[in-house]
Amino acid sequence: MNEREPVTKPSVSQIGASAPSGATEATSASSKNPALLLENVSCWYGGFRAVREVSLAIPRNKVTALIGPSGCGKSTLLRSINRMNDLVPGFRMEGEIAFEGTSVHARATDVIDLRRRVGMVFQKPNPFPKSIFENVAFGLRLLGETTGIDALVEESLRAAALWDEVKDKLDQPGLSLSGGQQQRLCIARAIAIRPEVILMDEPCSALDPKSTLQIEELMRKLIRDYTIVIVTHNMQQAARASDYTVFLTMGDDRAGYVVEQGETGKIFTAPQQQLTADYVSGRFG
Amino acid sequence: MAGVSTVHRPDSAATTRRGEGLIEFLLRASAAVGIVTTVGIITVLVVEALFFFVEVPPVDFFTGTRWSASILPYAFGVIPLVTSTLLIAFIALVLAVPLGVLAAVWMSEFASQRVRLIIKPILEILAGIPTIVYGFFAITVITPLLKATILPDLGTFSALSAGIVVGILVLPLVASLTEDALRAVPRGLREGSYALGATRWETVRRVLLPAALSGIAAAVILAMSRAVGETMAVVLAAGTNPQLTLNPTESVQTMTAFIVQISLGDTPTESIQFKALFAVGATLFAITFTLNLISAWLVARYRNVYE
Repeated sequence: MNEREPVTKPSVSQIGASAPSGATEATSASSKNPALLLENVSCWYGGFRAVREVSLAIPRNKVTALIGPSGCGKSTLLRSINRMNDLVPGFRMEGEIAFEGTSVHARATDVIDLRRRVGMVFQKPNPFPKSIFENVAFGLRLLGETTGIDALVEESLRAAALWDEVKDKLDQPGLSLSGGQQQRLCIARAIAIRPEVILMDEPCSALDPKSTLQIEELMRKLIRDYTIVIVTHNMQQAARASDYTVFLTMGDDRAGYVVEQGETGKIFTAPQQQLTADYVSGRFG
Repeated sequence: MAGVSTVHRPDSAATTRRGEGLIEFLLRASAAVGIVTTVGIITVLVVEALFFFVEVPPVDFFTGTRWSASILPYAFGVIPLVTSTLLIAFIALVLAVPLGVLAAVWMSEFASQRVRLIIKPILEILAGIPTIVYGFFAITVITPLLKATILPDLGTFSALSAGIVVGILVLPLVASLTEDALRAVPRGLREGSYALGATRWETVRRVLLPAALSGIAAAVILAMSRAVGETMAVVLAAGTNPQLTLNPTESVQTMTAFIVQISLGDTPTESIQFKALFAVGATLFAITFTLNLISAWLVARYRNVYE
């Protein structure tokens, strides 16, 4: 499904990571050439606006963290990128999300292809009620792969730092694993089909501290090959694991908007906005 | 209980507590009616069946292949009745299970909220039509239709016609319970599947149906139980000819049809036929009770998977 059209809109707000205006085709894996560009993105659930005019550039091969208080629209924003909100009745988005130069919400965009290239890991580990092996092989089978599945499953489980723990019990149910293992299984499942971006929606909120650290270490390793966007309400996690941080909060109308974004170090040590300073120091939220 | 309270209560509190006790008594009594009735029915069935087994050895009853309760020489081998009952239930399930499951998949995964809110009550109305109407439908519509199209030699009464109409009758049950099972699959599994680039149908086939399998199996078994116990539609459509056959074009007599025949006729209560009624009834009860137990067990097991 090669339906990548150049974006028609030439300019994208350049906030935070410096994005060249009129970015079209992916040329090199540099942060100057963002994997995702969000321009004036607003999201509605029926008449309720959950996200207001968000503009972001998501740099390639980095971890970008979306932080902010509960209900500020972080997850909504994240789920708009791979159009998971299509499943929500009454959802509507305005603005533009460009993935490698193609609008993800354009009529011509194949949502199936989009989701194969932009994978997702959810808040609660959601392995299928199938064996560990079949969980990882799921996406490959959808793609019609028949040969080399064994090798790809092993590779994905190794990449997700789970192989050593499960190599002797691949035929056991995915649900028999611990919470942290299940989440790494879900990461292995996501990377098995070699996406370009992995969206993580509070992937550690259901996990214990040890498993959380394992996932964070894993994220640092995965950015060699993937671009990661993570939603977290855990500021320590954002500070530890991300390269860029976007801080969102709610306006008076309860719509989430971006207060500040930039390199994680700067956001946490020298925030420009008082709201950010209050939030990252734990005085609010 | 109230006596230990040191808090001063106004007089009305005591009245309220007496009212509470009365309500509790009424609730207990209502629950007891159901239990006592059930125990009573089972006792009568078993005791009367025992009187029957004094005259006809259980071995003859359960292994006999000839049933003749009204024409001499009498024979009370229950196998023809059980076989025709299961034959009709089988035909019904062959029809109702695929259609019911597909209807449920459509309702739960493809139909819009608005359409679902219209369709589901219609299905439930279908389930509320008196079954004798279905019987009429079989002999006035289904049988003539079959005769006019594929089976010109079909008689007025046939297992096929009965099976088809019972299939239509249990279809809403299968569809409704399967839809419940599909909707009980956690949203996270759907999202996980869609996030990997699965289409709706791939999600249904590879994730939802396997995940809901035990719930669907429970629905099927409940439908089978319903088909086995179905009476009026079957009496009208299948006839009252007790014979051991697997040929669906023949007229047969099911267990329920025999019970109707004896209950409605002028059979003396002391006669062997009347006693046979209870033996057949007890057998039928044992079958449907077992099926319901299996169904309940499947549902319980399936709930444990995700909670």
